[in-house]
Amino acid sequence: MIRFDPISDVPRSRVVWVTLVALLVALFIAGLVFVAAGTNPLEAYSTMLRGTVADWSGWSEVLRRAAPLLLIGVGLTLAIRAQFFNIGGEGQLLLGAVAAGGVALFTPIAPALMMVAMFVGGALAGGLWALLAAFLRVRLRVNEILSTLMLNYVAASLVVYLINGPWKGEKVRGFIYTDDFPAYAQLPTLGDTQVGWPTLVLGAALAVALQWFLGRSTGGFELRVVGENAAAARYAGISVASVIYRMALITGGAAGLAGVGEVAGIHHKLLEPGQISSGYGFTAVIVAWLARGNPALCLVTAPLMGIILAGGDVLKINMNLPFRITDVFSGVMLMCLIASEVFVKNRVRWGR
Amino acid sequence: MDELINALLRALAFGTPLLLASLGAVINERAGVVNLGVEGMMALGALAGFAVAYGDGTPGSGNLWLGILAAALAGGLAALLHAFVTITLRANQFVSGLSLTLLGLGVAGLLGKRYEGLPLTGQPPQWPFTVGAIVLAGLLAFWLSSTRAGLTLRSVGENPAAADVLGLNVGAVRYGAVAFGGALAGLAGAYLSLVYRPSWTDGMTNGLGWIAVALVIFVGWNPLRAIFGSVFFGLLYYLQFRLQGKTFIPTEVFSAMPYLLVIVVLGVAGLRGQQGAAPESLGRPYTRGER
Amino acid sequence: MTPDLTSVPVLELRGVTKRFPGVVANDNVNLSLFAGEVLALLGENGAGKSTVISVMYGLQRPDEGQVLVNGQAVTIASPASALKLGIGLVPQHPMLVARHTVAENLALGHQLPGQGSGLFPARRVAGRIRELSQRYGLNVDPNARVSQLSPGEKQRVEILRSLLRGVQVLILDEPTSVLTPQEVQGLFQVMRELKRGGKSLIFISHKLGEVLEITDRVTVLRRGKVTGNAPTAGASRRSLAEMMVGRTVSFDRKRQTPSELSPSELSPSELSPSNLDTAPVRLSLRGLSALSSRGLPALRGVNLDLRAGEIVGVAGVAGNGQSELIEVLSGLCPLQSGRIELDGEAHASGARHIFESGVAHIPEDRIHMGTVPSMSVAENLALRDYARAPLARAGVRDLGAQASRAREEVTAYEISTPGVDTPSRSLSGGNIQKIILARELRGQARLILAAHPTYGLDIGATEQVHAALLSAAERGASVLLVSEDLDELLALSDRIAVMYHGELLGPYSAEQATREGLGLLMAGGEANSDGLPHGAGPGDLVESAGASL
Repeated sequence: MIRFDPISDVPRSRVVWVTLVALLVALFIAGLVFVAAGTNPLEAYSTMLRGTVADWSGWSEVLRRAAPLLLIGVGLTLAIRAQFFNIGGEGQLLLGAVAAGGVALFTPIAPALMMVAMFVGGALAGGLWALLAAFLRVRLRVNEILSTLMLNYVAASLVVYLINGPWKGEKVRGFIYTDDFPAYAQLPTLGDTQVGWPTLVLGAALAVALQWFLGRSTGGFELRVVGENAAAARYAGISVASVIYRMALITGGAAGLAGVGEVAGIHHKLLEPGQISSGYGFTAVIVAWLARGNPALCLVTAPLMGIILAGGDVLKINMNLPFRITDVFSGVMLMCLIASEVFVKNRVRWGR
Repeated sequence: MDELINALLRALAFGTPLLLASLGAVINERAGVVNLGVEGMMALGALAGFAVAYGDGTPGSGNLWLGILAAALAGGLAALLHAFVTITLRANQFVSGLSLTLLGLGVAGLLGKRYEGLPLTGQPPQWPFTVGAIVLAGLLAFWLSSTRAGLTLRSVGENPAAADVLGLNVGAVRYGAVAFGGALAGLAGAYLSLVYRPSWTDGMTNGLGWIAVALVIFVGWNPLRAIFGSVFFGLLYYLQFRLQGKTFIPTEVFSAMPYLLVIVVLGVAGLRGQQGAAPESLGRPYTRGER
Repeated sequence: MTPDLTSVPVLELRGVTKRFPGVVANDNVNLSLFAGEVLALLGENGAGKSTVISVMYGLQRPDEGQVLVNGQAVTIASPASALKLGIGLVPQHPMLVARHTVAENLALGHQLPGQGSGLFPARRVAGRIRELSQRYGLNVDPNARVSQLSPGEKQRVEILRSLLRGVQVLILDEPTSVLTPQEVQGLFQVMRELKRGGKSLIFISHKLGEVLEITDRVTVLRRGKVTGNAPTAGASRRSLAEMMVGRTVSFDRKRQTPSELSPSELSPSELSPSNLDTAPVRLSLRGLSALSSRGLPALRGVNLDLRAGEIVGVAGVAGNGQSELIEVLSGLCPLQSGRIELDGEAHASGARHIFESGVAHIPEDRIHMGTVPSMSVAENLALRDYARAPLARAGVRDLGAQASRAREEVTAYEISTPGVDTPSRSLSGGNIQKIILARELRGQARLILAAHPTYGLDIGATEQVHAALLSAAERGASVLLVSEDLDELLALSDRIAVMYHGELLGPYSAEQATREGLGLLMAGGEANSDGLPHGAGPGDLVESAGASL
C-alpha cells in the first residue's frame, strides 16, 4: 500500500522536480502510444524538435501558437484559482473571433478605431460566453466543465452557421468563409511569419497585470478566498457570485482576445472553427495548470505547450500522422500533471 | 401510427448507446466516482470493437463477438487509468475524466486511421443490444436496492468512512465500479461502430459520451429512469434527422441541439434541486482519517 | 453484578505508547477492563483519550506496548478486526449513511450467521434489530431513514450495530455530548441493562457528574499519561477534577453580574451598566423565522432582548436552530420574517455591513468558515478589513501594513506560529481560535456572536476565550453565546435561553438556572409559571426521558 504523509510547507524545488518528472512520464506514455501506432517514438520526438526549436522558422511556428495559448492560459489561471474549471476556452475564442468578424465586416467604425473596437468586442463576446456558464453554475449549480464544453460545440455551430449563411463571402462561391477584412482591420505579424506580435505583447502584459492583481489587489484577494474556501468568503462578506462573474468575464475575455488575434492577424477572415483554433482552449488548460495558477509563469508554459502544438503539426506533415496526435499529448500531459499533485504535497511511503 | 412506431424504434436504436453508457456512469457515480471520460472510453471501445471484428479484412479473420468483448475490455482498461489517478493518487476526478476523454479520442484517432472508411462484413442485429440494455437497467436497479453488494456500493458512495470502519474495502469497490462503468462505455462504443453504423470514422462518438454523463444527473442516478432518459434523447436525435433541411431552421441549429439540450437539462435539474440526489461523497477522494 | 478485579481482564492495555510528530499522545498507558463493569476514561481535550480509543478500536497502532483481549496479546489492525475480537465503538459523531435506513446501515458489512444469501440484506436484519431493541430497551424503527433520526436515536443505532456483532466490550466516546440531560438518563438506563447482560463498557467523558453516576471505576489521563485509577465509589468531583487537571479547580461562576460587583469594581465606561435590568437594550429580536440550508423551518418566531454588557447563553441540543439564529444575526442566512434591531436601529444587511456595524462573529466551524487554511496568518487576520485603510487604498493592498499589524496581534494574543506568513492550516485549533478572536474583537464590537467558542480547545485556550468574552462584556459589549456545554453556559452567562425546535425559550436568570431545568426545556418540556422548570428528581427524569425518546 502507498501511504502519503502531507508536507505542510512545500519547498519550491519539490514542485519543480515533481512537475518535471510528471512531464517526462507523460512523454514516455505518449511514446508508448506512438509505438502502438507503428511509429518510432524517438524518431517522432526528434522530428518534433527539429521542426520547432532548431531554427527561426520553427520558433516562429511555436510563437504563433504561444500567442493565443498565453492569452487564454493567463485568463485560465484566475479560473483555476477560483476553482472554476473552464474548459470552454475554445468556444470563448470562437466568440471573440465572431465578434471581431462582425465588427470588421459590418460596422461603420472609423479605421483608426477599428482595431480597438474589434478587441473590445472580442473580449466582451468571449467574456459573456463564459459568464453564461458562470451564471448557470452559480444559480442552477450546473457543473461548469459540462456547460463550458457544451458551449464549445454550440459556438462552433454558430460559426459554421454564420460563414455558411448570412456572413458568407460574396466572392468565395463554393468555399465557406467570409470576405477578407479590410486592411485596417488586419493585425501586423512579425516579418513574413505568422507570429501575431500584438497579441503576444498583449498576452505578456496581461500576464504581468493579472499576477499583480492576484497578489496585490483587493479583488485578487477576494478571488483567492472564494477559491480556497467559499464558506469563509461568505463569512467575510465577499459575494461569491460576483467574484465568479468577474472572473468569468476576465477569463472568457482573454480567450476572446485570442480569437480576435487569430482572425485579424493570421486569417483576415472568419472561417471554419477547426481552422481558427487548433484546440487552443484545451491546451491552454495545461498552460495554466503547469503554471500552477500563476499568470506570470504562463510566459514560460505557453511557449512550452506551443512547442507541443507546433510539433504535432510537424508530425502531421512529415510523418503523416492524424491531427488527433495533439489530443494524445494534451490528455497524457494533463493527466500526469494532476496525478503528480499528490507527490508535490505529500511524501510517499510504502507500507501500512 | 406507423410514423409513431417508427419514431419510437429509431429513438430506441439511438438511445441504446446512451443507455449503456449512462448505466455504467450511474454505477461508478453511485460508488462516489465521477468519470467525465465516457466520450473517450466510447471512442476506444468503438475502435477496439471494430478492429477485432474486422481482423485483417479477409472474411473469417475477425470475430464480431470477440470484438464486442474487446470493446468492453478497452473501455474498462481506460477507466482503470482514471481509477488509479483519482482513487490511489486522489487527483481531481473532473479534470482526470476530461483528460481521459482527450486521451481516448486521441489514441482512437491515431490507431484507428488504418480502419477509416473500411466496410464491415456481417453486422450483428440491433435488438439484442437494445433489449439487453433495458434488461440490464432493471437488473442494476434490483442489484443496487436489494443485494448486499449493491448496499455496499451505495454506502461507499454515500459515506466511505462508515464503510471503511466496518472493514469494507472502499478502494476496491470504487475501482470495480469505475471499471464496470468503463466497460459499459466501451460497449456503447462498439454498438456505434458495429451495429449502428458498421464502420469506423474518427470522432464518430460525436459528443454522445457527454450526453450520457449529463443524463446521469437528469435521471437522478436511477438506472430505471435512465431508460426513459435515453429514449427521450434518442427521440430528439430522430427529430433532428427527420426535420433537417425540411424547415426554415438552419441545419446548424439541429447540430447544436443536443449540446444545448444538455445545458437545458442540467439547468432544469438544477431548478428542481436534483443535484441534491447526488451521492453524498460524489467527486471526493477518500482518505482514511479525514472524517 | 460487581466486577471481579482479580479475574483476567477482558481488555487490557500494557505500556502503550503512541507518538505523533511533535507530541506523545499516549505515554506508557496501562488500563484494564473487567467483565461486567463500566470504566470511565476521564481526561481533558487533548489528554490522549481519543488515541486510547483509536488503539483499542484498530484505528491506530501503538508504537510500543501491547493490547490483550482475555489475556491473549492481539494485534488490532482495523476496526473490522476489533469487531471480530468483540470490541465495539459508539463514536462521538455517528458513522452512519444518512440517506439509508437503519436496517440498511446495520446490514452493511455484516452477515448474520447462517444467512449465506446476498439478497435483501436490510430485510434480513430487521427482525434481529427488533429483538435486540426489546432486550436492551433501545427503541429504534428499522425502516426509518437515518437522516430523520435525532442524535440520541443515531447513537442507539450505533449501539445496536455493535450488539448485532456480538461484542463483549463497548466503548462509548463522549456519548452524552449530543444529548439532553433526560436523554442521558435514558442512555444510562441502556448502559445498566448492557452491564447486567455481562458486557463491559468504557465510558469516555470529561463531565464529572456523569462519571460519578454511571461508572464503577475511573482511569484518568492527563497529557498522555495515566494519572489516576480509582473506584468511583470513593471519589468526589473535586478529587477527580484534580487528577484530571493537575491542580485545584474552582467550580464557581466566572461571571459576576454587575449587581454582584462592588461599586469600586465597576468599569468607568458609561456603556457598562450598574444593573443589567436598566441597561439599554442592545439587540432586539421580534418574531424571527428562517429556513435551514435544507429548506426546512429552522427558526419559528424567535424573540429576545439582549442588553448592553450582558451575556446571554443559548443552550440546546444541536440542530434546534442555534446555528441558524447565529447565521441570521451575522447575515449569512436570510431572514424570512421578523425584525432585528441593534441599538434601536434596523439591523444592517449582508455579512460585511453587519460586521462593520459592530457585530463580531466567532463561527461554529472555525477551520472551514472562520479561516482560509491555505492562506497565511496575516491574511487570515485581514479577512474582515483587507479592503479598508490602512490595509488597502483604492483597491491596492498594503502588504507591509498587513504584516506589521499581524505581528502585533500575534504577540498580543500569544498566537504560537513560526511567522505571520505561515499558512494557518499548520496551527493548532487553539491558535486558530486566537486568530479569530484577534480579528473579530479588534473593532470593539457592540455585539459578539460566539458559537461553540471553546469546543475542542485545551484548557489554556479555553480560559483565554472565556477571559476575552468576559472582558468584552465588561466594557459594555453584549454577547450571545451558543454552547452545548452547560457548565460553560452556567459559568459565563447572565441569563440563559434554550433553543428547542426553532423557538427560543427564556432567557432565565443564570443564577437560578439548574442543569435539570434547562435539560427539561432542551427536551421540549413546558416551562412553569415561574418561567424555568425546577429541577426534577432523578426518577422523574428517567420517566420524562423515556417519554421523549
